Amino acid sequence: MFTNREELIQARNRYRLSYEAEKRRVVVCCGTGCVSCGSLEIFDKLKDLMEKNGIDCAVELQEDPHPDTIGMKKSGCHGFCEMAPLVRIDPEGYLYTKVKLEDCEEIVNKTILGGECVDRLAIKQDGKVYRTHDEVPFFSKQTRVVFDYCDRVNATSVEEYLAVGGYQALEKVLFDMTPEQIVEEITESNLRGRGGAGFQAGKKWSQVARQKDPEKYVVCNGDEGDPGAFMDRSIMEDEPHRMIEGMMVAARACGASEGYIYVRAEYPVAVARLNLAIKQATELGLLGDNILGTDFSFHLHINRGAGAFVCGEGSALTSSIEGKRGMPRTKPPRTVEHGLFDKPTVLNNVETYANVPLIIVNGAEWYKGIGPANSPGTKSFALTGNVRNTGLIEVPMGTTLREVIYDIGGGMRGENEFKAVQIGGPSGGCLTEEHMDLPLDFDSLKKAGAMIGSGGLVVMDSSTCMVEVARFFMNFTQNESCGKCVPCREGTKRMLAILERIVAGKGEDGDIELLLELADTISHTALCGLGKAAANPVVSTIKSFRDEYEAHIYDKHCPAGACRKLRHYTIDPTLCKGCTKCARNCPVGAIQGEIRKPHTIDPAKCIKCGACVDNCPFKAIKEG
Amino acid sequence: MSESFDFSVLDRILDEIGCEQKSTIAILQAVQEHYRYLPHEIFPYLSKRMGVSEAKIYGVATFYENFSLDPKGKYVIKVCDGTACHVRKSLDILERLRSDLGLSEDKVTTDDFMFTLETVSCLGACSLAPVVMVNDTVHPTMTPDKVSALIRELREAK
Repeated sequence: MFTNREELIQARNRYRLSYEAEKRRVVVCCGTGCVSCGSLEIFDKLKDLMEKNGIDCAVELQEDPHPDTIGMKKSGCHGFCEMAPLVRIDPEGYLYTKVKLEDCEEIVNKTILGGECVDRLAIKQDGKVYRTHDEVPFFSKQTRVVFDYCDRVNATSVEEYLAVGGYQALEKVLFDMTPEQIVEEITESNLRGRGGAGFQAGKKWSQVARQKDPEKYVVCNGDEGDPGAFMDRSIMEDEPHRMIEGMMVAARACGASEGYIYVRAEYPVAVARLNLAIKQATELGLLGDNILGTDFSFHLHINRGAGAFVCGEGSALTSSIEGKRGMPRTKPPRTVEHGLFDKPTVLNNVETYANVPLIIVNGAEWYKGIGPANSPGTKSFALTGNVRNTGLIEVPMGTTLREVIYDIGGGMRGENEFKAVQIGGPSGGCLTEEHMDLPLDFDSLKKAGAMIGSGGLVVMDSSTCMVEVARFFMNFTQNESCGKCVPCREGTKRMLAILERIVAGKGEDGDIELLLELADTISHTALCGLGKAAANPVVSTIKSFRDEYEAHIYDKHCPAGACRKLRHYTIDPTLCKGCTKCARNCPVGAIQGEIRKPHTIDPAKCIKCGACVDNCPFKAIKEG
Repeated sequence: MSESFDFSVLDRILDEIGCEQKSTIAILQAVQEHYRYLPHEIFPYLSKRMGVSEAKIYGVATFYENFSLDPKGKYVIKVCDGTACHVRKSLDILERLRSDLGLSEDKVTTDDFMFTLETVSCLGACSLAPVVMVNDTVHPTMTPDKVSALIRELREAK
């Protein structure tokens, strides 16, 4: 337990020396992706083999340097989930991908004992072998600042967080800065909220700091509900201490002594890791009363969500922490004045807090050196969909879509061409080929009719139907509408009904205009951000893909061939052998024909279920 | 109030978490972890002990998607239909599971209470899409055939 500054500094130095002294470090990625591909078994196997071979290895960081020890680390997510499971070996920095249990012996013999690279496990791209982590294009094109150490240390060890410089920001704000200076530094850095809206964090903090009420709260929004986004999950699971440290800086700046972290129910590992981190920090005296012998006290609580997307909205979130239905309320008063338990509250998102210690330690000037002046710093994105390298990436704000998709993402997966990127989840919009060179930052995207949102990037290829995508998002928002205000509750229902009609081939003339009119009304009159942004995916797809809507409505045709109800099934008589399998599997008896002679489908009876296609042994049934 | 219902479980939970209104969600989560759903008997009892109206507690239970007032199966299967899974054809997986288990949109639990089938908006495992979660385990890059095999495995494991 640290009772003063000196003890913390000494411990940090001790752990740093011990970490650096390790002869070799075997880092096995234990993020959700790698674990579900068997990385825990690989970790055990490697450890087992080393122990059998009499190699000195340690899972925990030792108090004193042991230069002959091999450190074994279960790390957080490296981000390259496509190639899971990943094993990294330092100090060489070798990166092995898609590691199997059978590979472990060779890794131990060749790399751990001999320091040599197992080339067949390294990444190969365009005929070149990329042996080390830093050479791999997926990583070399990124700027990993928030995620800088999570692929090198044990994600559940506070000692290793200290070894890489942890809790330096806490130390600095407690001993070298006044609360006013902290707010000034954050304001000067122009850190903007990573939750979606991009509001200046410094401005928010200064508004809370100004409040007279002696009781204030610091709340972290970890209700990452956007489908297709998992950046915050990774921070909570892999760098919980960095986020907690950020919250403590905010508490010191604003004069709060209680904090709440609201975590989505679907993230059980994040909850467990945060609980562990709080326990560790409390045991070390970094959380609790009179931290490091100062007058600063801070207590943290975790609240698990229970499955309501709307709780990502500020006032709904605080209401949920209070144990009520998570419904937004009218503003003003704003959360900074009357937030949690009606007290002044700093409410920021996970990634925003994780940026704070970096700014405090390195200074606002350093931070402003990354990315454009109006949106400085980096942004993490969850790169998913029909792209070759899916995973979690971190790039400077202002990076273009082309760099993200082609340089880091490795281009499209499969044969199909690029069609669009859905950014910002159910509140965002689509970006197309024409936006490829648009810098990704808060303001440029807003101008293009999209938003960064929390950072989900879903790449779609030509087999994706944009009308169906719009229907998908509207279905999501409609389900998640809390029902408090009429525009959102009824408006989204009507929009969804129209979209469902269109993809079912029952669209009518005037539907597009009606959708746009409803969208306009809902966005102007809904109570909270969820409703205001609900129509964004529809408006943005109509803007970029109006021809697809028209094809569905007027020609009853889905250009992408994705809408099942608009498909036509025909049997190619040259391929059909008349085996009768399709006719026997057709649930409505729409297929006729004599045995050993080509069959035919009656389009009037066909319900377009696709059972015949799945069952034809000769691939004679064509969809179109 | 039901005579046969064992309220000692609730007492234990309330003693541990506390009876304040702000703990409503945590209390209901603990109850659901124990029973795998929220039995209707708990509402009047919680109301009395917490000093919060029954309507308020019931309102919380029905607002949040994770709370269930109906008993669930031993294996809760969540098919992710988030954006990333959706564009990689998660609906085909859902359809296969429904047909394998004889379930539908309205009937989500099998008669033997072995399986409950749900969809979920995103599990945050998008780079492994499409995914299916069985209780707390994530199964990556699923296909209709892989889920059929998974169901067979779970049935045999019982």
